[in-house]
Amino acid sequence: MMPGTSRYLHAIAVAMLLMGTMMSFAHADDDDDDGERMPAARNALWQAECGACHVAYPPRLLPAESWHALMSGLDRHFGSDASLAPAAEREIGAFLEKNAGSNRHAAGKPILRITETRWFQREHDEVPERTWKNPKVKSPANCAACHTQAESGNYGEHGIRIPR
Amino acid sequence: MIRTFHVLLLVFVAVAGLMSLSAAAQTPDEALASIRNEAQHSIPAFRGFSADTGERFFKQTHGNELSCASCHTENPAAAGKHARTGKSIQALAPAANPERFADAAKMEKWFRRNCNDVLGRICTPQEKGDVLAYLLTIRN
Repeated sequence: MMPGTSRYLHAIAVAMLLMGTMMSFAHADDDDDDGERMPAARNALWQAECGACHVAYPPRLLPAESWHALMSGLDRHFGSDASLAPAAEREIGAFLEKNAGSNRHAAGKPILRITETRWFQREHDEVPERTWKNPKVKSPANCAACHTQAESGNYGEHGIRIPR
Repeated sequence: MIRTFHVLLLVFVAVAGLMSLSAAAQTPDEALASIRNEAQHSIPAFRGFSADTGERFFKQTHGNELSCASCHTENPAAAGKHARTGKSIQALAPAANPERFADAAKMEKWFRRNCNDVLGRICTPQEKGDVLAYLLTIRN
């Protein structure tokens, strides 16, 4: 072996390892069907501010363009004034957009309601109408009515208890 | 020389930090005093706050679907529930929840939002003071 070759090989090995790691991240990001394993991303201000009125919805449930549109109209947030101080709005907006989901299903105007995404509808297509109308559920915004560990970001099957 | 400068800088940062903390923290009585100060400056014939008026204001609707009580319930010493999302809301009366009205910015934020939802406009200092005066009469 020529002098310096082993260092050269070492560099290639590190580069390949890095590429592998990046590819597995890219792959994980591409996987649209694992709603139950979200969210890795958390932010204290997002948790406090969004979580004051509803479960702080995981950023990956909407694409970045949806979060951007939503954060631009907080003073008219689905019929409520949810306006924030400008600094808080910037921090939460950046957090949501950075950790947003894929937008490959989006068409035309950005979807603002998570319930209107194809992902949400597919995941909940077995939920009967009477469950949505149950006063203990009240609204599909009330994730925690059935997802008992929604507050901690766990939407897995084992945590689901549908109220009767 | 540089060390002295650094120490002074640290002291300055610490003092500024403490000042900003004390500016935000307040007791509910201090919150009421600050709203009273606002009222005295903006209402020429200001005659003080009324807990009774505040209670009526709290429990009535004001042209919109929601009242304060829609989410905070008719008993502000009890936990409430968001009228739309069902999310639980901690008690509003300071006697039941010491964190209420303790942060000036938070208080202003919620008055702004909730008044817009309930009245379709921001509240006057009179309205805010009456409601806080009412909430301060509630014993746990």
